[in-house]
This record gives sequence, structure tokens and C-alpha cells, in this order.
Amino acid sequence: MYPDYMMKSIELVEKTRPKRLELAKKLGKQVFPAMSESERQAVLDNFHPDYKKDARRKIRVGVNKGELLTTEVADLLESYSRIDPAIFDFNNPDHETDVLVIGAGSAGMAAAITAGINGSNVLLATKLRLGDSNSMMAQGGIQAADQKDDSPILHYLDVMGGGHFDNKPDLVKALVNDGPVAIKWLEELGVMFDKNQDGSMLVIAGGGTSRKRMHSTRDYTGAGICRVLRDEVYNMPDKIKYLEFTSIIELILDDKGQAVGAIGYHLETKQYMVIKASSVIIATGGFGRLHVRGFETTNHYGATADGLVIAYRAGANLLFMDSVQYHPTGAVFPEQILGFLCTEKIRSMGAQPVNHDGELFVYPLEPRDIEAAAFIRECTERKKGVKTPTGKVGIWLDSPLIDLINGEGAIQKNLPAMLRQFKRFDIDIVKYPMLVYPTLHYQNGGVEVDDKGETKIPGLYVAGEAIGGIHGRNRLMGNSQLDLIVFGRRSGFWASERAKKGVQFGKMNMQYVYDFENEVAKLDIPRKKIAPIVLPDYIPDHVKFKQKTTEYFGTLI
Amino acid sequence: MSEEQKMIKVLIMGEAYDVPEGSTIIMAMEYAGFQMKRGVGCREGFCGACATVYREKGDYKLKGGLACQTVVKEGMILAQIPFVPAEKPVYDIKELTPDIDTIKVLFPTVFRCVACNTCTKACPQEIKVMDYVQALKRGDIARAADLSFDCIRCGLCALRCPAEIVQYNAATLAQRLYGRYLNKKSPELEERIIEIENGKYEKDLDELVEMPREELSKRYYSREIKLK
Repeated sequence: MYPDYMMKSIELVEKTRPKRLELAKKLGKQVFPAMSESERQAVLDNFHPDYKKDARRKIRVGVNKGELLTTEVADLLESYSRIDPAIFDFNNPDHETDVLVIGAGSAGMAAAITAGINGSNVLLATKLRLGDSNSMMAQGGIQAADQKDDSPILHYLDVMGGGHFDNKPDLVKALVNDGPVAIKWLEELGVMFDKNQDGSMLVIAGGGTSRKRMHSTRDYTGAGICRVLRDEVYNMPDKIKYLEFTSIIELILDDKGQAVGAIGYHLETKQYMVIKASSVIIATGGFGRLHVRGFETTNHYGATADGLVIAYRAGANLLFMDSVQYHPTGAVFPEQILGFLCTEKIRSMGAQPVNHDGELFVYPLEPRDIEAAAFIRECTERKKGVKTPTGKVGIWLDSPLIDLINGEGAIQKNLPAMLRQFKRFDIDIVKYPMLVYPTLHYQNGGVEVDDKGETKIPGLYVAGEAIGGIHGRNRLMGNSQLDLIVFGRRSGFWASERAKKGVQFGKMNMQYVYDFENEVAKLDIPRKKIAPIVLPDYIPDHVKFKQKTTEYFGTLI
Repeated sequence: MSEEQKMIKVLIMGEAYDVPEGSTIIMAMEYAGFQMKRGVGCREGFCGACATVYREKGDYKLKGGLACQTVVKEGMILAQIPFVPAEKPVYDIKELTPDIDTIKVLFPTVFRCVACNTCTKACPQEIKVMDYVQALKRGDIARAADLSFDCIRCGLCALRCPAEIVQYNAATLAQRLYGRYLNKKSPELEERIIEIENGKYEKDLDELVEMPREELSKRYYSREIKLK
């Protein structure tokens, strides 16, 4: 429960609630004016963490050399390999497959299923368990323009505007045009979409959408999809083999410059393995566990950008790795759930962000970067945030409005995960607001691909959050769940087609690792700095001191 | 955790460690020096990787929960569950019927349920597990899918079940049967897919793809927003 002094602020929120409810009933979502283009730019420039000094720095090695990247990303990329390739015998691979998929979130599993159905043998490797991913944790929804008053055209405009028009147009076209068929594909696999009585899709709005096109499976949308895909992977044992607790720590190229496999490492038995493949798909997700600028994160334990590291080292180029998505509404109270996602669906259903005095200060459904920056402005420059007992600050997300607007029981029915999450810590979000602050949520950028999901390295494909370009520098709610499926299926199909056509393998060659390491060594970076880090390290310093690992960068696994 | 943080003693797999008060079980184990591989996942209660069993000081009960959602208490005895052994039948969802016959063939064990309710008591998601197992026994797929919806497959029900049912795998089947066969179809979706397949939006999309940034920006900011 909230301490007394916070309850005083809640009383102010309760006092303004009837007026705000009236406003919502009259105006729908437009309870506060949306920002103009210049207002958006001003709030981003002054308050978004990406725009702070030191948030970005020039990368000094690799394909993107000289470009500004998020500082923590540049630090991660300027690192050494976990292995010396010379010790591996490429003539006797431990596994041979048509398609190697790295990562078993929704994108990886959609790719594996698609490649399998297309007739290819698939090896699916994941460093934790099947389904352990950010995909599983998504709550709010999946966008697709399937409503009568909507169209792929409007969806396209929303995606581009949300991304500040930096997005790669061909990828956006693929995303929006494949949207409806992706929904159908999922439904035929058995995903339980929320429906109206007549069978039409129950859709809501999201930040930056011009129509209601957010489909959901309650507020377990990611899980509702990901668990079905996992079950389907289990159902295809003849086509899909999987390796769990197996981290892919380097790609294998051949002397023609094609991706022809990878080196895997089993986290428990500590054995390395050589995998030979006709095509390789990276679906390793994002980087939340890098805790950029010290932010808490909504991301899965495994979100350490491993795929980015291995693709970059092998010579694939990155796009928009200078931008980070902070989700506006991460929990800041209680301490145990710091940084946890409070889904955007809460605002879609009518909850309003209000300050310490219970005042509305922003249109509740701006694109995420704008909304997050406005929250930070409210808490810093305007000093209207609410302090927690441990000195964090947040703004109220007035959840009780949801039942008042949509009828009693609306939270219970549509937001069961959220309700349960807070109830575990004695907070009833039907009665009391939630205290929130922006939290590190999504890797906007990633590896550049074409609309088949293929990178500039022949045979290397990417799907899901590890792709850069679809969302420009800011993704809208529900478009990630969609891109997992759209580009999971596209990369799976084309990787499979490549394998079917037959790849002329050259000699396996990992000279690129030495070349990259030589560049790194010139910067006087110590040899102990290795990546991918595979898992985040939360061991406290005094313990690390006794483990004699204080100097070690990366994670001992 | 700040320096003046109050510490409490817990027993991790039998060994005593001082950990900060208010930590979740995962945070406590990491504080003690464990680099977690199994028994940890999303850390937000969505993935089911961190099923845990524990006893509290002075309480005879063996309790279960999610290690990322359970706060440690003085004297707690903790153990993470690395893995839950469970069989899952392989099936082709396209060839099933959403009825009791499918359940009989694929999950005959559900008929062993003795209605003891241990599964429901074990569920950290407060799902009425026994009730959905009963629904499966009746062939009521819709009810089973609905009741089991919030399941995150942590496996605690299956570990405690005296009838040795793997409830959560049966739940997945019910959900998939419902999603594919029983949930009413959306006519709009079908119509839109046909439009797209016929290339209705192709020309306009290509025009947008080629459109200069300024013009696109103008189109964007002047688009009509209809969310009522």
C-alpha cells in the first residue's frame, strides 16, 4: 500500500477525477490537446534521454565506424570475441541444417515454423528456454489495419509519423500490408484474439494511431501469441530441432562472404559446437538489460543484444542504433517492481497521466518518445512529480478511471495481468492510481535488412527487435508484435528458399574475427572486454571482489 | 540497494545468507552471488521460468510461487526449480475437433483428476486449475480456455498433482482449439485480406514509399484521427 504522504497526493488526484471523467466522456481520448510538430521537437530536445550529452558517442570500429551510437551500444560493440576461431574444426560440424534460427521469441519461432512448413530442416538455438523473450512479456496488443474505417495506407502514415519519418519505407510497406494476413495466420494457429459478440475484432487505440487497430488477447497479448508458437514448434519435431541454453556467440562466414553457420556455447555443460547452415536468421531481440543511462528496464533477463554484436562483428551494418525507446509508464512503486511495464493499454482504455496535484499535463496517447519526454519534463523542470520513499520520482497513472469510463469490471476483464501484478504488493489499481516513470523498453534500431529480412551479408537474415529501420527512431505500441510475425515469416520463408535453391559453400573462414579484434586492440581496449555478454550481471561488487571478477567485462557463464 | 539497507537472513538451498530486506527471491539469490541461468526469466511474472518452493520460519507448509514476484522473509528456506519434466503430445491443430474426443485421445490423464484442488492452491496466478481440468473432462473447451487463460506455464500445478496430470499443456491445447475453431471469425479481416491480395493498396503504398519527407509529414499531420 502507499505510504500516508503519497495518499495525500492521491487525494488531490481523486478530487480532480470527476471533472476529468466528464471530459473523457465528452471528448473520448482527446482530453488534452495533442502536440504540434514543433512542440514535439522541443520536448524531445530538452527532455528525452537520447538527447542528453554523452547519450551517444562515435563508434570507432566496424562498418558503422564514425557514426554516433548509443554510448552503451558502442561500448558493447568495441569488444573481443569469446573464442579463438582457430581452435575449431570446421570440417566436422556438430550440427548441419538448412536454416539456423538464433533466438526463440515470437520472431524466431515464427521464422522456424515458416521455414519448416516450407520444407526446410530448421535448427532453433536459444540461450534460455523456448519462448524466453520480450515477446512473451508484451501486454497491450498487436496492430493490423483490418477495420472498415482503416487501411494499410493509414497504418503506414501512423508508423512513419511515429518514427519521425526516418523509417525505411520498404520495410514499413511490408509491415502494414502483411498485417491482416499475419493476424489470420495467428488465429489459425489458435491465438485467442479478443472479439466482440459478432466475431469482429475488439480493437482499441494506441499512442500515435489514427484508428483503433490494436488487437489483443487480454493484457497477455505477447504470451497469447508466443505460447501458441512454442506449442507449434513442439508439434513439428520432424522439421524443427531445438537447442536450449545454447548461446550463439559467433557467426561463421565462408571465403565468399556468405553466412554459413555459427559457433554455439552451451551454458550448462560449457561445450562449444560448430553449426553449419545454408541460411542463418538472427532473432535475438533487444538490449534492455544493458540498462542504458542507468534506466530500469521492462526487458527479459536475456535481452543483452547478442545478435547485434555477432552480426556487427561479421560485417552487417546497423541502422538507428542511436535511439532508445523509453516506455512512458514503467512502475516506480513499490521498489520490487521497479521498471516493470504498465502496458499502454491502460491509457488506451482511458487512464490519464496526472501530476502530483492531480492535473492533466499531456495528451495521454502521444507517440512513446513524446509521452515519455513529457513525463520527464513534468518531474524535472516543472517539479510536479511524486517522490517515492527511496527517492525515485513518478507521475500518477489514474487507473480507476477505466472502470468509471468502461463500466465496473473492465480492469478485471481487460487488464488481469496488471491487476494481479499490483495486488501482489497490496495495491488495488481499481481504486488507486499507479505511480509510473519512463523505463527502458525497446531497441528502435538494429541490423539493416531488405523486405525479405536479408542483411548485406548473403545468407544472413534478421527478424524481430534486432532489425533496424522498421520503426525509425520511435516505435508505436503494437507494431513490434506485428513485426515479429511479419518479418519472422518473411525471413523464415526466404531463408528456406535460399536453402532449397542450394548454397554453393565456400571454405569456412572466420578471419573477420581477427580483423575486428585487431581494430579493437588498436584502441587499447583490454582483452578482458568480451561480448556477447549473454546474461546481465547483477552480482554486487563486494561479492564480485571475492569472486575475483571485478575486472571482468561481460558475464561469467 | 543502499548501504543502510536492513538485512535479513535467508536459507538458499540450506545455506544461510544475509540479503537486503524487501528483495524478491531472485534479487536475494543474486545478492548472495548466484549467476542465475535456470529459474530466472522475464522477472516480471509473465514467463513462468522461476517457479520456486519455500518454507517460512515456523510454518509447516510447503509454499510455491514465482521467485521474481515473491519477497523474502527472515528465516525463509528457498529452492529454485530448474525444470519441470512433462510430456506433451504432438498434434496437428488443423486435424483436431474442439471436443471431448480430442481431450480423450491427447490428454487421457485429465480423467484421472480426483478433484482434490491441490493444483488450484498451488497456482501463483490464482487460476482455478481444478475447474478447468473439470471443464476439459466435460469437453467444455471454451470454459477451459477461458479459465486457464492467464496460465504462464510455471509447472507448479503439475508438480503437486497427485493424479500426475500436466494441466498446463492441456490448457494450451484448449486455448488453441478455442482460438482456431470456437472463436467467431471476423468478416472484416477476411475482406481486408482479399483486398490486399488483389493489390488494392499497392499503388497508393508505393506512392507513399516514394513520397518526399516534407510531403509525407504534411499528409501525416493532416490525417483525420478517429478514435471515438
